[in-house]
Amino acid sequence: MTVATVETRPTAVSATLASELTVGKRTAGGPSPKRTVVAYGFWIFILSDMVMFAALFAAYAVMAGNTAGGPTGAQLFNLRSVFIETMCLLLSSYTCGLGALSAERRNSALFFLFAALTFVLGAVFLLIEGTEFAGMVARGAGPERSAFLSSFFTLVGTHGAHVSIGLVWLVYLAAQVKTKGLRPAVLRRLLCWSLFWHALDIVWVGVLTLVYLMGVT
Amino acid sequence: MLGRLTWAAIPFNEPLPLLSGAVVVIVILAILALVTGKGWWPYLWREWITSVDHKRIGVMYVALGLVMLLRGFADAIMMRTQQAIAIGDAQGYLPPDHYNQIFSAHGVIMIFFVAMPLVIGLMNFVVPLQLGVRDVAFPRLNSVSFWLTASGVLLVNLSLVIGNFARTSWWNYPPLSELAFSPDVGVDYYLWSLQISGIGTLLTGVNFVTTILKLRAPGMTYFRMPVFCWTTLCTNMMIVAVFPILTATFAMLLLDRYLGMHFFTNDGGGNPMMYVNLFWAWGHPEVYILVLPAFGVYSEVIATFSGKGLFSYRSMVLATFGICILSMMVWLHHFFTMGAGANVNAVFGIMSSIISIPTGVKIFNWLFTMYRGRVVFTTPVLYTVGFMVTFVIGGLTGVLLAVPPVDFVVHNSAFLVAHFHNVIIGAVVFGAFAGYNYWFPKVFGFTLDERLGKASFWCWLVGFYLAFTPLYVLGLMGMTRRLQHIADPSWRPWLLVAELGAVVILAGILCQIAQIYVSIRTRKSRLDLTGDPWNGRTLEWATSSPPPAYNFATLPQVQSIDAFWDMKRRGASSIETHYETIEMPRNSSVGFVTAFFAVMTGFACIWHIWWMAIVGLLAAAVIMLVAGWSDEREREIPAAEIATLEARSGRRQPA
Repeated sequence: MTVATVETRPTAVSATLASELTVGKRTAGGPSPKRTVVAYGFWIFILSDMVMFAALFAAYAVMAGNTAGGPTGAQLFNLRSVFIETMCLLLSSYTCGLGALSAERRNSALFFLFAALTFVLGAVFLLIEGTEFAGMVARGAGPERSAFLSSFFTLVGTHGAHVSIGLVWLVYLAAQVKTKGLRPAVLRRLLCWSLFWHALDIVWVGVLTLVYLMGVT
Repeated sequence: MLGRLTWAAIPFNEPLPLLSGAVVVIVILAILALVTGKGWWPYLWREWITSVDHKRIGVMYVALGLVMLLRGFADAIMMRTQQAIAIGDAQGYLPPDHYNQIFSAHGVIMIFFVAMPLVIGLMNFVVPLQLGVRDVAFPRLNSVSFWLTASGVLLVNLSLVIGNFARTSWWNYPPLSELAFSPDVGVDYYLWSLQISGIGTLLTGVNFVTTILKLRAPGMTYFRMPVFCWTTLCTNMMIVAVFPILTATFAMLLLDRYLGMHFFTNDGGGNPMMYVNLFWAWGHPEVYILVLPAFGVYSEVIATFSGKGLFSYRSMVLATFGICILSMMVWLHHFFTMGAGANVNAVFGIMSSIISIPTGVKIFNWLFTMYRGRVVFTTPVLYTVGFMVTFVIGGLTGVLLAVPPVDFVVHNSAFLVAHFHNVIIGAVVFGAFAGYNYWFPKVFGFTLDERLGKASFWCWLVGFYLAFTPLYVLGLMGMTRRLQHIADPSWRPWLLVAELGAVVILAGILCQIAQIYVSIRTRKSRLDLTGDPWNGRTLEWATSSPPPAYNFATLPQVQSIDAFWDMKRRGASSIETHYETIEMPRNSSVGFVTAFFAVMTGFACIWHIWWMAIVGLLAAAVIMLVAGWSDEREREIPAAEIATLEARSGRRQPA
């Protein structure tokens, strides 16, 4: 071995490194703060969720014409209720954003107000979607009728399941705000939740375009 | 009450599975009895099962992978023996139904439960140390990932004793895997075990991307990261990008099987080829998910034992990213014969051939690192050199297969089987063994026996060539894969050589078991007291062996690539006397408890025991709610305690 000494625990930050730190080279500063790490990690998780939706979208695109003699999208979709659904979800993203801002300003009263609005809008969305699904099943257009309907129910239903989880999660976080107050750990969880909720909006825009608008033309 | 689970599920009339199942059960019961008798449960629970320490989790992953390697190898040698016997009039000892389960289980186990745990285990142990930090971004999630992987392993092995496994091969193509043609539990075991372990792998991907991008020691800029961290980053980005496709694909097949949907069925407008496309959109990146960390291991090993920095670090990083991106654009070469047309096949054929360019860059970088270096031929280096030769051969046969007209001839033949074993054993398995020998002293504080290590390497290398070179020949002679019976007696000599190869590999495995045994017996004489047994270059060697729970008493300050080498060269050494309080994650039973209910839910769904599935799902939801409520996830280690621990570790400086 040629090396005589070993440095394992340097006592001081060297001059060059210190200057690197002060010029704000972010990576030079060591591990990121917890809020950044948590939000970033959750962002990556959402990315993976988007990939899963991409696979479901691809399957739907392949299956859209495979109606096996059963009903087509044009016969099944009601754009009026889809419009209301879309408005509910987009509006809920707005109230979600307002809720996040109130939370950041430690205004829990406003936060509860906007959380309640978001919950109601999300619930109305789910109600309309549930009604649509039930109506289709009642008309004999359930997911086992054709490949088109299998992929329709799977794609739209997966989105709906995400919205349902989002609502449960929102209630759960509201309970945390109620009992613990808006402290950093709770704020981090709220941040993740709002990322999740906005991502569902983006997916819905895809569903609206690919499934409903292109389905009725 | 118990769905379709009856006594008929236990294979009383088939002696072979019953016997092997009984042996496994007896061994497990013996281990449990030993642990109980010796009173080891509190220790195991506290230090391992509920541990969220990345080092402990890494060790458990590798242990899981090595144990499953024995199971996967048992399947392999059974198949080789069947093919060596069942020629002409002889029927061999494995009936077709059993043989089909064995080749399916072999593939599933080797890819998902051997190769994946081995590479994920290595990166768990090494990456935070190389980055100079104290743990991964989400330590508790890391424990959940491990235990979900273990759940998948448990379900696959349950199929040995209760019910049966899929006969549909490791890729499980419909329509054969649909309810109409595979009505029993085999395919369900396959799907649920891989869904559960797949979620674990996905969470690992999220965890490591975040760790590498957001948690690094001060001064560790991207281009100062060790190459193993780069390849791990690429691997985990690919996990995030493609594992959700696998989850979605298996979910669609499950919907077909459980709710009568028509994604991949023959009727109702279903499209089985869509499964094949989706499966390989995951499956091809998957082989690079496995091999990139192995490339990282080789890069570390060859630089350390050549006593030089890695040749052309930046081109190595670029090549890694090139492979990462290209690997997602080649999936169609797995089914050129689908009939996509000449133009589509040409595009995918060319893309597949192009991957050999960045891979070639890497090979030359390793060779030039050795050039004029003082290469010490330790076991990890032997594996690295063995890899370079073997992998080049496997890569070239891959380029052959990437040419669509050639592929039409050798598609689905033993030639293909030889090719992918050539690259997976030659690169992934050798890489895992190189890393295992290289980092073992860091993990346990003593080195592995070199003589037995080298013996195991030679057995593996020679055994590999004996076992798989004949398959190239047989493939060209027209032998298709997965044959339970060989009609053409002229293939016999080649099959006997392949069988001999499997026996030589068995000798290699026995050498490895002996290596562990001998090394533990003689550990007093092979202690690593410096923390740096190989004169290493990267930060994992800057702490004691084994490292303390917090890895580094104070976070290292990184000033260049090969940070530890740079520190040694500058000689700017000092023994730290001032410590600060360290915050470390607390132990958590969430991973283990989640896994328990995941197994319960999976088993219930496989056997249609619906009440049990509901109980399992509800319990999993409750765990999430309880786990998400807690705020006390860290414990503090006071400075005084660290000073005591550091003094006790008594690390000596290398002379």
